[in-house]
Amino acid sequence: MAHPIAPAAATPAITPISLKTILPWAVFFTILMLALVYFVGAEQGATSLISGEDVHEWVHDGRHLLGFPCH
Amino acid sequence: MNSAIVRGLLVRGMLAGLASGLLALVVAYFLGEPRIDAAIAYEESHSHEHEMEIVSRSLQSTAGLATGVLVFGVALGGIAALAYCFALGRVGRFTPRATAALLSAAALVAVYVVPFLKYPANPPSVGDPETIGKRTTLYFLMMALSVLLAIAAVIVGKRLAPALGNWWATVVAVAGFALAIGLAYAFLPAVNEVPEDFSATLLWQFRVAALAVQLTLWTSFGLVFGHLAERLLHPKPATASLATGQEAATA
Repeated sequence: MAHPIAPAAATPAITPISLKTILPWAVFFTILMLALVYFVGAEQGATSLISGEDVHEWVHDGRHLLGFPCH
Repeated sequence: MNSAIVRGLLVRGMLAGLASGLLALVVAYFLGEPRIDAAIAYEESHSHEHEMEIVSRSLQSTAGLATGVLVFGVALGGIAALAYCFALGRVGRFTPRATAALLSAAALVAVYVVPFLKYPANPPSVGDPETIGKRTTLYFLMMALSVLLAIAAVIVGKRLAPALGNWWATVVAVAGFALAIGLAYAFLPAVNEVPEDFSATLLWQFRVAALAVQLTLWTSFGLVFGHLAERLLHPKPATASLATGQEAATA
């Protein structure tokens, strides 16, 4: 009784952000962020952009614990 | 004006990703590292040749682990924030905070849990180095499939909602997602490279730790990002009236 329950109409409809506005941000940053995920999750494993084992060895424990296949 | 909101949400998503990465790092360090050490001890007791250590174990388990988990957190936070920009106001009549919670829960399932159930996380010494290419391809394929099917399920659910009502539209969409994932599980090749005498208990503990890391990451992301997004999109009435009060005073 002490908690006045707001009527359902209290959740206002949110105007969606137009796709045209989101798209440039989404394309650029999704590619950038996926590149980061690639370096944490797969570089010097199945494919190598940088030669050697340094990247793999450095993120080794994170790669195992984040669930990526690792050696 | 709208572009400023996308920018604001993206920045908040990456910050929330960093914060939840820190929490996930704590879980990874205390629950995960002991299992990794135990698995490496097994590996060393079974191989006669000693590999050259490029990065020491003490660095791998601290700075290396932190790099991996935090970069992963920021990257996933950024992507989730952009997905949030699309979802906001489109998935249903939810508050910004509730939308963030739903998105995080969906991301946990689609990005991690679904691929994990087919290709679970493995500790060191589980997995044949010869098959790393195949395993990586299958893992990322499963992840991409799961995310695309989840997006498809949301779109189908929205389309069905006017005819079936929200409840049944959601039930049908989730059932369709589960069926499609089941088919993918059935047709994609299995990977089982656990050595014969590897401790089943250790394997289980490692996998539970890996799941706990992701659970921490996505739960805290949903809460932190949801809070930040709510404040950005619905400024508190108190501060809003304060702002208008100031405007009135200056006017």
